[in-house]
Parts: sequence; structure tokens; C-alpha cells
Amino acid sequence: METLWSPTKTGDRGGKWFLSVLALIAVAAPILNQAVPASSPAHLSAYGITLIGKYLCYGMLALAVDLIWGYCGILSLGHTAFFSLGGYAIGMYLMRQIGTRGVYGDPVLPDFMVFLNWKSLPWFWNGFNHFPFALLMMVVAPGLLALVFGWFAFRSRVTGVYFSIITQALTYALMLAFFRNDMGFGGNNGFTDFKDILGFDLHSDLTRVVLLITTVATLAATYLACRTIVESRAGRVLHAIRDAESRTRFLGYPVESFKVYVFVFSAVIAGIAGALYVPQIGIINPGEFAPINSIEVVIWVAVGGRGTLYGAIAGAVVVNYAKTYLTGAFPEVWLYAVGALFVLVTLFLPRGIIGLVQTRTKR
Amino acid sequence: MRRFSMGGQWPLVLLLAVASVTRIYAQSPKDAAFLSVLGELREASYSDKASIAERLSQTGHSSVRVVLTALLEDRLYYRNSDQKVFVVKTADADPLALIDPLSLKAAGSAPADGMTKIGTNNSLRHTLKMTVAHFSLGSADAAVRLDAVHEMSLSLDEETVALLRKRLAVETNSGVRKEISIALALSTLDGSDSRARLQAVATLSDSVSQDVRNRLALLLDKSPDGTFVESDAKVRQAAAAAVESIDRWRTFYSDIQTLFFGLSLGSVLVLIAIGLAITFGVMGVINMAHGELMMLGAYTTYVVQTAMPEHIGISILVAIPAAFAVSGLMGVLMERTIIRYLYGRPLETLLATFGVSLLLQQLVRSIFTALNRSVITPDWMSGELKLNDALSITYNRLYIVIFTLIVFSAIVAVFKRTRLGLDIRAVSQNRAMAKAMGIRTEWVDAMTFGLGAGIAGVAGVALSQLTNVGPDLGQSYIIDSFMVVVFGGVGNLWGSLIGGMSMGVTNKLLEPWIGAVLAKIFVLVALILFIQVRPRGLFPPRGRAAEDK
Repeated sequence: METLWSPTKTGDRGGKWFLSVLALIAVAAPILNQAVPASSPAHLSAYGITLIGKYLCYGMLALAVDLIWGYCGILSLGHTAFFSLGGYAIGMYLMRQIGTRGVYGDPVLPDFMVFLNWKSLPWFWNGFNHFPFALLMMVVAPGLLALVFGWFAFRSRVTGVYFSIITQALTYALMLAFFRNDMGFGGNNGFTDFKDILGFDLHSDLTRVVLLITTVATLAATYLACRTIVESRAGRVLHAIRDAESRTRFLGYPVESFKVYVFVFSAVIAGIAGALYVPQIGIINPGEFAPINSIEVVIWVAVGGRGTLYGAIAGAVVVNYAKTYLTGAFPEVWLYAVGALFVLVTLFLPRGIIGLVQTRTKR
Repeated sequence: MRRFSMGGQWPLVLLLAVASVTRIYAQSPKDAAFLSVLGELREASYSDKASIAERLSQTGHSSVRVVLTALLEDRLYYRNSDQKVFVVKTADADPLALIDPLSLKAAGSAPADGMTKIGTNNSLRHTLKMTVAHFSLGSADAAVRLDAVHEMSLSLDEETVALLRKRLAVETNSGVRKEISIALALSTLDGSDSRARLQAVATLSDSVSQDVRNRLALLLDKSPDGTFVESDAKVRQAAAAAVESIDRWRTFYSDIQTLFFGLSLGSVLVLIAIGLAITFGVMGVINMAHGELMMLGAYTTYVVQTAMPEHIGISILVAIPAAFAVSGLMGVLMERTIIRYLYGRPLETLLATFGVSLLLQQLVRSIFTALNRSVITPDWMSGELKLNDALSITYNRLYIVIFTLIVFSAIVAVFKRTRLGLDIRAVSQNRAMAKAMGIRTEWVDAMTFGLGAGIAGVAGVALSQLTNVGPDLGQSYIIDSFMVVVFGGVGNLWGSLIGGMSMGVTNKLLEPWIGAVLAKIFVLVALILFIQVRPRGLFPPRGRAAEDK
């Protein structure tokens, strides 16, 4: 396997570029939205703000996948499961905030429970009226699932393709489960119609700008955290596991522990991404668990460039921007374009867009 | 014993007459006789109509049953303009959908005010019912007789009982005999002779019909005044035992039915997985476009059917090789242009083939639109095989099981008995050595992938009979097929067969307890757990090559 990662060369020029772009977004987007009048062509609409926020959340999800796939060789085809769990955690808080403003006006029960004729909140909804608790759960729920799942899977030495397929089964099973009304998560429709977060109106431009800045800041922080991990001694072990798992084990490293640790960390990042995604998009439903979404995430990473971290984020943004543009302008073409993109990238650009850029600059 | 003499000798005579003439099928003199008798119905009085109906049934024409049933249900009309008699599809509709009384084929429609209904009254209807039953009992077709007996057992009176007794004496078909004796026993339950009732309960305890069970259970009830409906304690005891025995048998049969449902679901799983077992299992290629290759097979079925609308029955059989060819060629094309550059990098093939799957979906959407296409189920595949009152098996499920077994044996035969199979096994075991022995490994790769893809197409033909044919058809099956292959053990065809079947049966056994969705979730979770215990599936690959896969 060719070397995808070498700590000395990437140095982190790309990373610095990436952080500068993030800083630029954090400064420019609020100004273009708040200070520039709506009549001006330079004005950034609320829709634009949300769109950028959405891309960055996807970027964070791609970052999570790249951390385990690019650096540890674990291909998860079920990462949207963690993303959705984080989203559902914050969604539950947002549902509790609606209160009497729902269609049925019940002060405690969300609309769908009134509709299902439930009399009281299920036990697992307790505490979600507190924001800190929801924040805790958006980390704990995906983290715990990843811990249990990863611990069993890695300890049994389920690797490679087998691992990919059972992660797919995991997210598929969760999707089926969340589709059931009896689960108490709104069934088919999921959660929507959110009103406010921490007392701020979710539909106001200012709240959206703040959410975007939060997303930018969190993305920068998670990026730096991942960067720190992969450049630490532990990161070298992960790298070794990716390239020669058995040899690393024979050298005495607890391979399973390293894998579980990085898998849980990645799941938590995915969960946070989901939690940032839901208030901005305004809806979460079981469709988010669909295995095909997880595969798309892997595609973003591959397109951007595996094993570079910022490349994955760039891939997510580029592919999703293309998706937004093409599905609007040429809906027929989108699937042809994306299908061809995957084929061409895997055949001709094994290191993605970033790899292409790096070869160009070296010459 | 009055009811024995009711009706005199004529039913038997008539029966023989009918039996002798039914052998001669629709010939024009008979048609003419039938039509002229039928024409008399228009003007006749109610009492005359009864005898006309009688004469009609004596013509022995194949339409007698339908026409008389129509008269019974007020669905016999004549056209005012030309006085021609027609059967209509539903009474009191406007316009009326006409059916020709001779050929029983649709004959257009007519406004309701241009038609006059041929009326009946109570006593006529009673006579008619007997005539129809009588005619049906004399039918040469055992299935018609069985239906007639069943119909009659729902409203037993002295005349029908007498009719049934006569028939029992000459009936040769054991199924019909059994049905008649059950009907007779049911009527005996109302009698005053407690020994005869006891005898009847004994006869009925052999049945597995829900109706019979409920009738017997009634004997155990108490009347409002506190006494038992059935006065004889012995009969009650026998009835209680009979009810219990019937329940036991019904449970047994319903278990068999569940098992069969499980096997048919398992067959579908095996069918969708078997192509993947070749591409993924033997070649190590994660083919995410496997579902779309099945979709191509399903669309091929649709195209073949559209091309030969007159022969729906055989179109399915034509579609099988056609789908194999279409999907197989697509598979070879994929292998030659994309996959061969990615051998040894399973995760990369996953991405590339996923791209192919999107391309194929959009291709189909561009050609056939995003709407679902309906594939017609041929007549020989619809309906059910009724084994007894508690157990019936639908033909399409039965054919799926048989079809899967045929496809599976064919693949095993290809692998074990043909030169190609030998080459495939050699290349998958040791590529370099196979090449050194002069095997054209590249060609074998293409053929193997084509074979797996072709089988996916064949699976698509089967799926077209079970589900909607749309661009998304493949996506809904891809996870299941991967799970089957992984469960069975990669590279092992028998593993896929056993894995798929056991997944199907487990799913169907759980369904009555926890519902379809939870059963599916349970199976998925069980599989995830199973993989932890045996990371390489039921039948893991062995030997040195195992590490690489």
C-alpha cells in the first residue's frame, strides 16, 4: 500500500490554509449577512448561511471518517448512525423547548406523542429539557454505541470488509428501529418544527449566524484535536496498524485498544457534527441513518483525499456544493456526474483532490 | 327417513345423463339447444322458469353453472333491442358489463335502461340453488364438485343432505368423499339420535377446518337457561377432545406454513446473495452495483413482457436467459473497464462500484422514467396449492423455492463440472500458479464476474414477481445480500445457501411474536453478534489463502 501519510512532508501547510479559510468564513459570513443591506448583491442570505453551516457539518463528519479510515484503515460504512444519534440528542432538547407552541399545545409532550395518544414522557426523554444534559447525551450516545460496538468487533478481530459490512448492518438496523413509532422518536417524521434554542429564535438571522460561528469554531477545534492525535506517538501506532496490523500486534502494541479509542473518538466527532447540523437544518428523521448516506461520506473523503484530514473536509464541501448546484440546475445529470466522479477518482486519483494539488505544487 | 325418498329417482338419472353429455364439449348443435332453452327464460312465469332451468342443466352445456348462478344472483339480463340474453358482471351497475353466455367472454357493455333483468322469487331461487348444486355435483371436474359440496355444507337442509348422500354412494374421488362425509356429519349434529351425534363428532375430529372446529365448540356452550346445548355428556366429552385435536393439528399446520414462508423468504435471500457470493466471495470484489444488476434483470423482464404481450405465461421463461445475458454483459463490461484495475484493493472497488450503481440507476431512470413498472404475474404462478383446510401454499412462493434450488444447483454444477468452474477455482486459490499453468487469468476474471452479474440478473427476474420494478429496486436488497454472504462465510456457496435459508426461517418464526420490523432488526443484530463470535462466517475459508481475503 502506498504511503498516504508522512508527518514531515504534509508539515501542515494545507492545514494552515484550511484554518485560514475557516477564520475567513467566521469573519466574512456574519458581516455579509448582518452589515451588508439585503438589497446589495454582496448580501449573504439566511439560506446561504445555513448552506455553509450544513457543508461544514458534513465536513466534520468527513473528518471523523478520515481519522479512522485514512489513518487507521478502519472503513466504517455506518458513521451516519453516530451523526444521527447526536442529531437526535439535540433534537430531543429542541422538541422539549417547543412546549405549548406545538399544534396540540401540550406543555410537556411533543406533538407526535399527543398524536399517538401517549399520556406521559417515556423515561429516556427525562432531562432533555436541560441544554447541558442534551450536550452530554450528544457525546455519550454515539460514544457509548461506538465503545460497545467497537470493543466487541475489534476484540473479535473483525477487520476490513467484514467490519465495513457490519457497520452498515448496524446503521440499517438503527434506521429500521427509529422508523418505528413505538421507539418514541417520532417514527417516520422524526423531529421538526423547532422554535428556539436557549431562548433564541431559530429562524432569526442572528441565531443562524451564531450557529454558523459555533460550527466553524467546533470544526477548527476538532480538526486541531485530530491533527494532534495523528501527529502524536499514538498516531504513529495508528498508522502502523493501518499498514501492518499483525506486525504492530507482534511488536507488543495493544492494537484493539488503539482501535477502540480512535473509533470512539471519531464517533463522538460525528455525533457533535450531527448535533450542530440539526438546529441549522431544522429537521431530523430516520432517513439520516440510511446506509447509503454513510457510503456517500466515504466518497467525500475519497474525493477530497484520504489521510489528510483537511482534504476530507474539502471533499465534503466540494461534493455537496456540486450536489446542491447540479440537483437544482440539472437534476438529470447529478447522479451521472457523481457516479462518474466516484469511478474516476478511485481509478485515477487515489489520493483525491488534495493529492492532485500536492503533485502540482511539487512540480 | 323421509329425506331419503325426497326427489325420487330423477337425480340419479339426470346425473348419468349429465355425466354422459359433458364429455362432448361446446359443439354448435348443443350451443343452439342451450340458446333456445335460455331464450325461453325471458317471458316465462316463475314456476315455468324452474323447469326451464332444469332443462337448461340437462343440455349439459359448459356454461350452465355460470348462467344459473347468474340467474340466482340477479345477474341475468336480456337486451331489449334484440332480445339476446347476457350475463352481467355486477348487477345494478350502469353501464352493465356484458358477458356472452356461450363463450363466457366479455361482450362489451350496455346502458342499464336498454336491458331487462330476468327476475326470480324465493321459491324459484331455492329450486335454482338445488339445480346448480346438483349440476355441479355431476361435474366431471373434482375441483368443481369439491367447491359445490363446500358451498352446500354452509346451508344444509334436508334436500341438500339427500343430494349429498346420493352423491357419496357414487363418488370416487377421496377428497370429495371426505368433504361430503364432513358435511353429512355436520348435519347429523342437529339430529336427535345421540349415538349418531357421537359418530358424527368422531368423523369431524379428522377435519382441520376452522368452520368445523367452531361448530364443535358450540356443543360445549351453555344455553341461557344454564343447561348445555348438547344434552349428552359423552358427546360433549368427545366434542371437547375433537376441538382439542383440531386445534393441535391447526397449530401444527400453521407451523409448517410459517416454516414454508421462512424457506421462501430464505430462497429470496439466497437468490439475491448467490451472485454476490461469486463476485465477493470468490473474487474478493465488493460489488455495490450488485443490486443494480438485479434491477437490470427485473427491467429486462419488463421489456420482454412488453415485447410479447400475447404470451405472458412464457415471457418469464424467456426473460431468465435474457436477464442473464443483459446483466452478465454489463458485469463483463464493468470488470474490463473498472474492476480489473482495482484487484487487491477491496475498499476501492467498493467506491468505484458504488459509482457504477448510481450511473446504472440514473440510466434506468432516463430510459424508463422514475415510475415503477408493473410486471404481470403469469396465470400459472398465481393462485395457491390448497393441501387441506389449514394449509395452503401460494404458487409464487413455491416456485421461488424451486427456482432458487435450480439456480443454486446450476451454479454448483458450473463450479464442479465445467472447465470454467475449474479455472475459477484455480485462479481464486492461487492466481500465480494458475497463470503459470497456462490459464488465462484475465479471461477467467471477466467470466467469473460476468457469471456473478448474470446470476444477479436472474435473481432480478424473480424479484420482478415479488416487488415493484423501479430504479431503487436494487438498493433495498443490497444490505441483505451482503449479510447473507458474510454470514455464510465468504467464498462458500453452501454457506450462502444455509445462511440465507436460516436467516429467512428465523425472520418468519419471529414475525408472529414481535412483528416484521422488529424481527428484521433482531436478525441484523443477531448477525452482528454472530460475526463477533465467528468473524469469518459459518463456513470460514481455510488455509493460507484465508488470511488475504
